[in-house]
Amino acid sequence: MSKLDLSTPGDREISWTRVFDAPRDLVFEAHTKCEHVKRWLLGPPGWTMPVCRIDLRVGGAYRYEWKNEKGTVMGMGGVFREIVVPERIVATEKFDDAWYPGQAVGTTVLIEKNGRTTLTVTMLYESKEARDAVLASGMERGLEASYDHLAETLVSMAR
Amino acid sequence: MQSERLDATFAALADPVRRGILARLARGEASVAELTKPFGISQPAISRHLKVLERAGLVSGGRDAQRRPRRLEAKALGQANQWLESYRRLWESRYEALDALLAERKRSKGGRR
Repeated sequence: MSKLDLSTPGDREISWTRVFDAPRDLVFEAHTKCEHVKRWLLGPPGWTMPVCRIDLRVGGAYRYEWKNEKGTVMGMGGVFREIVVPERIVATEKFDDAWYPGQAVGTTVLIEKNGRTTLTVTMLYESKEARDAVLASGMERGLEASYDHLAETLVSMAR
Repeated sequence: MQSERLDATFAALADPVRRGILARLARGEASVAELTKPFGISQPAISRHLKVLERAGLVSGGRDAQRRPRRLEAKALGQANQWLESYRRLWESRYEALDALLAERKRSKGGRR
């Protein structure tokens, strides 16, 4: 199974690419219909998405709220700026308790080849500080990376 | 968290030549001349990239820019790498759930046709 390729192409950006074994209309639907989004866009184990609203049109808003077993709620949302079905979505995003300044703009691009879809997401933040705060938050979720494979990681980053 | 240092680290990692230099140094120290060979760019250009990497604390070497072998500073890189890795894992776990959903949808779509 293909893995997620993550990079920081500019100092305000985070970008990642992932291949899915499905045509892009399905991948697009999975990103834009709540019945599907609720099933996969989750956090660590124990979090669910009880609230999902998506008004899929330019200028339309979307809203996600996650909840864990302790009842902690985390919400975010934004507005669609561009929609090209089933290949491109540009939307703003902001968390309710934003731990980084400003809002971010996410661009999702889907390219289909031989029944498989390559997804590329690029998040653009208002500042380097905001971008770094988002990256750091991943670590606060208690995930620890190993230093053991540093050389291999570097070699793969260099490709 | 030393946020300024990390800014410099991520900026340094944003360039493919610099990532290539780090990949080479991960296999052992090397001089500027040795680093210049595989990249097909000039020695001054490599020196400029090395300066960016040194400022970010990713590479150490001497003030004599030409001769001294450069070394990878794994600790600074490890911190930046750890951030990227944990963020990557969050999305990868989401996409594994999406893989399962897509497989299910493909089956049900196929059934209807």
